[in-house]
This record gives sequence, C-alpha cells and structure tokens, in this order.
Amino acid sequence: MSLQYIKNVSTLKFDPKLCNGCGMCLNVCPHNVLSIVDKKINIKHKDSCMECSACVKNCPQEALSVNPGVGCAYAILIGMIKGTAPNCDC
Amino acid sequence: MDIKSCIPDCCGSNSSCCDKTKYYDIPKNGEIPTDVGSIPIVATTLSKTDIGDTRKVRFKINRMDYKIRPGLYAVGKPDSSSPVLVTANYKLTFDSLRKELSSINAWILVLDTNGINVWCAAGKGTFGTEELVRQINNTHLHGIISHNKLILPQLGAPGVSAHLVTKETGFKIIYGPVRASDIPEFIAANNKATPNMRKVNFTFKDRLVLIPVELMSSLKPMTAVTAAVILATIIASYFSASETLWIHGVGFVFAFIGAILAGAAVTPLLLPYIPFRAFAIKGWIVGLVWVFIFTTFFPVFGSKFSFREALGLYLLLPPVTAFLSLNFTGCSTYTSQSGVEKEMRVGLPIMIISSFVGIGALASEYLTLVF
Repeated sequence: MSLQYIKNVSTLKFDPKLCNGCGMCLNVCPHNVLSIVDKKINIKHKDSCMECSACVKNCPQEALSVNPGVGCAYAILIGMIKGTAPNCDC
Repeated sequence: MDIKSCIPDCCGSNSSCCDKTKYYDIPKNGEIPTDVGSIPIVATTLSKTDIGDTRKVRFKINRMDYKIRPGLYAVGKPDSSSPVLVTANYKLTFDSLRKELSSINAWILVLDTNGINVWCAAGKGTFGTEELVRQINNTHLHGIISHNKLILPQLGAPGVSAHLVTKETGFKIIYGPVRASDIPEFIAANNKATPNMRKVNFTFKDRLVLIPVELMSSLKPMTAVTAAVILATIIASYFSASETLWIHGVGFVFAFIGAILAGAAVTPLLLPYIPFRAFAIKGWIVGLVWVFIFTTFFPVFGSKFSFREALGLYLLLPPVTAFLSLNFTGCSTYTSQSGVEKEMRVGLPIMIISSFVGIGALASEYLTLVF
C-alpha cells in the first residue's frame, strides 16, 4: 500500500551548480524524494514531493527552491475567503 | 497581548511573569538543580488524567487549548552530557514524546508553538529558527549542557534552518526520527537514523485516530440540515395530507448524514483502496456508492424514488462527500499545496454546480408531492 498524490504539480526545483553534496536535504525529506548521485543531489521521485520546504530551508547552499505551502484544503479555503495566505487553526 | 514583544522589555529573560497564556500543568517528578536554576523532571509514563485528556482532545474537546509552558524539562536524571530533544508545546505532542523516553536520561526543550503539533507548527514557522534561538537563550541552555548538539524532530525541518541556528547560537542541529518511538534506537545508534525512521507513513491506525475530530467537525452541518428538513416537512404537512412526506423527509436526512459520514470517515479509512489520487474524486466515488446503496435499499421502508428524486440525490450528495474528503487533505501526510489547489480549482465549481442542480431537482420533486 502506497499513497501517491496528484502527479506533475510539485514546484520543487534544484540547481546542481550550487549543490555541494552535503546531503542535509536527504535527512529532512519525509518522502524520500531525493537521492545522491555523483556527489550531487538528484530529484528522484518528484511526484512524492509535498512541498513542505524542509529541504529548501536546510540547504546551506540555497540550491533547492519550492513554492512552500501546506496541502490542506481547509487552510486554502480560509485563505481564499479572508483574502490571505492559506492558514488554519491546527 | 503580544507576548513575544513584551518579554525583553518587562521581564528580561524570565518569560513567565508576563505570559498570560493558560498552560496545562505537568506534575513534577522532582527537580534537577543546575547552575541556572532547577529544571522540572516529568514522568515518562502517562497518568490516567493524561490518557483521559488525550482522548478528549482526539474528540476535539479543548483541542485548541492544550498547551504546556515552553522551556526546559527533564526525563530521568540527565546531566550536562545528556541529549537535548526539542519539541512543541502541544501537550499531545509532549506526551507522545516523553512516553517513549523511559529508558533515557534527557533534556526536553519545549518551543512555544501556541499549542500546535511539530509538523503543522513548522509549516507555519512557529516551530522555527527564531523560536528555537529564543528558547536556547531563555533557558540558558549553554549553562546547563557541555556539548553543542540538539536533536530536533525531523518534521520540524520545514520551519528550521539548521545552519542558521548554528550560526546564531553555536548549537549543531541533528534531525532525529519522524516518530518519537524510534528515538531510543536513534540515540543508541549514535544519532543515526535508518531510512525507515526518516519516512512518513499514513497507516490505517494513523488515519483512524483522526476520524473523531472529522466527525465532531461535521456535527454542525449535520444538525443544521436535519433541523431544516424536519422543519420543512412539518410545514409541508400542513399543506398536504400525503403520507409519504415524512418518509421522504426522514429518508433525505438519513441519506445526507450518510453522505457526511462517507466523507468524514469512509474516505479517510479506505483512502489507499479507493481509485484515483485526488481526494475529491475519491470522495465523489464513495458518495456515488453511498447514494446507490441508499436508493437501492431505502425504498423497502415505503415509498419508491422517482427518477427526479434519485437524480437529485445523485447530484447533491456525492459533492458533499467529495468536499469533506477534500478537507481531509489537511490531515493527510503526503499532499502538496499545488496539488490541493489544483483539486480545488477544478473540483469546487463542479461540486457547486452539481449540488445546485441536485437541490433544484429535489425541491421540484418535493414541491409536487406537497401541492
């Protein structure tokens, strides 16, 4: 049993020129999206990315970027109604 | 009151004197004297009260008011070389951490996440670099421990930049496992996580514990619609002697409550077994199955469904189930904002149109019953 979310939507981007292969991003990714190939990061399972931005925040080289957000319909709906960024009470 | 901004001015580093938040008191199991004051020891077994309160929170009772005081705590008999585990001040989170630490002497540094769990708080930034640095300084952690390592839950990473914490405080961040239950093994392995410890799951049990909150959240719309339909039926019975009115009214309430339960409980529980990836589509399917079951078996209680009534139910109820299922994205552990936005952009207009046409069909059918 493996749960997979909608394909081809993740905004995760990677700039190999900036990567020094420290591997910090591998430690924080909760969905095994990244791997290391030839001392550089490789986006292995992009469709598993949930855009939590853990890798982006913890990359000292700023080699990764994502449009960070929460995959929460309630939060997005509240944001739409109030005209703010997605936000919830949990 | 802005607690954060008032602390440096009025109380120096002692945050407790102007913090007016109501905190849940964790009973002390003793104290550990240190150079910078005594640190409370907390139990690693949960009391009956803890377990009872956890159950209440799982049913949405006091869920948003279940905070413990941020700061430093101890489990066992830690000394200056003991590990420091960082967590959030949601008591449910704190309890699920400490109950795993019976074999360990450790410090627990609790950040002020406003009573929100680690992962959600990290997403909001309250479990973040700034708050971590603030608590390191507030608790005078440098004066208590002789090493420079902090173990953070991996799911705190979306809020914390490890390298920036090191730059500001000298502390090195080690991301621990996702689940607290893996911490003893992680520490025993010299702070090394296995790939399995790094992976977030969403098991049947994980989903099951979330259902009561989903159900409690749907009580209001359920009660409102039930009351409205019963009222409408009472009014209608003044105009019509038709005996089937109540069967249709009660039948609709039953169908509607079923559609809500389908979205709040059935979709979440059967999530991996329902086809398609989008939660709204999964929910729509569950809703269709429910309406099929309902329209097939309900007529045994009396009246048969006309084509228009059945059409109305098929158009109105699956969107209700789909909407509640879509709402479950926030509880899930693997959905992205881009994905949810895509579902909403496509799904919400279809849900709205379908349910309006459904209400139209049902209304016209019920009106012909009355007049």
